Amino acid sequence: MFTLEITPSDRQAAEEHAAASYPEECCGFLIGRFNVATELTAVVRVLPVSNERQESRHNRYLISPETVLAANKEARALGLDVVGYYHSHPDHPARPSEFDRDHAWPGLSYVIVSVEGGKVADTRSWRLSDDRERFEEEAIQQAIDPAAEPATPLVPSGIQKEAV
Amino acid sequence: MSVTVQIPTPLRRFTGDHGEVQVEGATVGEAMQDLTRRHPALQRHLYGDDGALRTFVNIFLNDDDVRHLQREGTPVASGDTLSIIPSIAGGAGGAPGASALQTAREIDELPELSPAEFRHYSRHLIMPEVGTAGQRRLKAAKVLTIGAGGLGSPLGLYLAAAGVGTLGMVDFDVVDESNLHRQVLFGRSSVGRPKIQAATERLRDLNPHIKVVPHEVRLDSSNALELFRDYDIVVDGTDNFPTRYLVNDACVLLGKPNVYGSIFRFEGQVSIFWGARGPCYRCLFPEPPPPGLVPSCAEGGVLGVLPGIIGSLQANEVIKLIVGVGDPLIGRLVLFDALKMKFRELKLRKDPNCPVCSDHPTQTSLIDYDQFCGIDPHAETVEEAFEISAPQLKAWRDEGRPLTVLDVRNPPEWEIGRLEGSTLIPLHELQDRLGELDPASTIVSLCHTGMRSARATSFLRQMGFSRAINLAGGINAWSIQVDPSVPRY
Repeated sequence: MFTLEITPSDRQAAEEHAAASYPEECCGFLIGRFNVATELTAVVRVLPVSNERQESRHNRYLISPETVLAANKEARALGLDVVGYYHSHPDHPARPSEFDRDHAWPGLSYVIVSVEGGKVADTRSWRLSDDRERFEEEAIQQAIDPAAEPATPLVPSGIQKEAV
Repeated sequence: MSVTVQIPTPLRRFTGDHGEVQVEGATVGEAMQDLTRRHPALQRHLYGDDGALRTFVNIFLNDDDVRHLQREGTPVASGDTLSIIPSIAGGAGGAPGASALQTAREIDELPELSPAEFRHYSRHLIMPEVGTAGQRRLKAAKVLTIGAGGLGSPLGLYLAAAGVGTLGMVDFDVVDESNLHRQVLFGRSSVGRPKIQAATERLRDLNPHIKVVPHEVRLDSSNALELFRDYDIVVDGTDNFPTRYLVNDACVLLGKPNVYGSIFRFEGQVSIFWGARGPCYRCLFPEPPPPGLVPSCAEGGVLGVLPGIIGSLQANEVIKLIVGVGDPLIGRLVLFDALKMKFRELKLRKDPNCPVCSDHPTQTSLIDYDQFCGIDPHAETVEEAFEISAPQLKAWRDEGRPLTVLDVRNPPEWEIGRLEGSTLIPLHELQDRLGELDPASTIVSLCHTGMRSARATSFLRQMGFSRAINLAGGINAWSIQVDPSVPRY
């Protein structure tokens, strides 16, 4: 079973970005490591970027390939990978749309923050199936904040399972 | 040519975990073809069912996006590196657009289109921005237009034609000849009929695939919430302030978007007031203007094509909201000047102290909007003793009574027709030109239908003209009852 592990502060950063961008969509990168054996994606940091769409920003977002290249470089410099993306759905459930499915790759986590009336309502994470037929939800679990527990940044002990 | 293709991390599972793959080819397209031949599992993630590169997949030749070169025909040389770089795109709702409506339905919950509907909407369907999904959203949408008049005509026609599945209309008026220069829903055969009946027939003929719901009622505080509740979007095509504030407040209370338009003479305004997403009408205009300051179309006139332009802009915004394309006109007010042929745009801010749409509203239900707008239903009429009928005025004139006939209309109306020997002082000039009138004489004020002259008579009496009298029914009554050679308008 796939799991996304994220610290409260990183999750909060993404959610605050989503709320601040309301009623438009926001987007950003999830940078970290993916462990094939445990199917665990550990987010080490989130990288908010601006929505490069010029119109329909209330229900569309775009990150240009140039920005993707830059984020990849930044991730590599940390010895990490881009493991997924987050974006918001203003006044819309945290479920991927058909449009999201058409524009996704498997092997990545797609975190969606639902914002209703400017307030975060729900945060979920999804992965595209290899046959591209559907998105499957993955569990989000809370990692220990490295700021609080600098010694054990990525150890999933004492984790609190999120209700998703 | 042997070329290196760099594989993005998430797709390496499909290349046996190789981050780089050596391929052969003379062009970018050939090299990519060789890549998917070697690793067929990559195909569906890079190419769509139509065989074209997926729109979000970009190929870089060394450091250049091949879209800026010769795309897939770009030649490659041995030792070149190709990188597959996604642009990350997505967003709420189904392709091609997500409805901005809170009632946005999931794609598989939307009603299907019949073969006849595919034919009717074919010019919509072939645009990717609308497509079948957008058309099904239109079919699922419920829109209520307030008023079947100047703005209601283009709104009704275009929204019906575009396939808005449930189209409600509120109106209680009757088609008058003076409507026909702008209310293109109606023809001569409709004159004298209730607008709502004539409009419903016309729209059903235009598009039998939709449901037209007539509401032949006078919209007021007692019925607005119940009426609006069943609709996704309310479109304001009204011509008076009490109804405009009523429509705004009811929409804010119900969280529904209010697609607003207004017209006067040669100018118009359009916006979307949506308290849940941005400012409402009250954030822009907290207080109505004093009664009488802003004349109605009946008093001030309106260029016939103007509601066609403004109503069409409103219809455009409604369709965008439903289909989920473009930038909705939320928080922006567009001003149109037909004489200068100029559009201006004002940014609107939500008023943090707005009595209805702020976080701490002081008004949480509908109020008496006539009273709010300072309109006393009896204020416009003068006491009967101060009124005179057209035949009576004729008799007085025939008797040779000394009296002044004061015409308070505007000069273009005066040009259409007037009473012989009358004096023209437009209502808005009356205050400054009182000196031209004799306080001791009998002054009979007249206008088009008796409303403005009633205000003039009240004003004159306040100013000490104790023998001021109003011609009931205005020059229209004179034309009907006394002298048909004076044209009615």
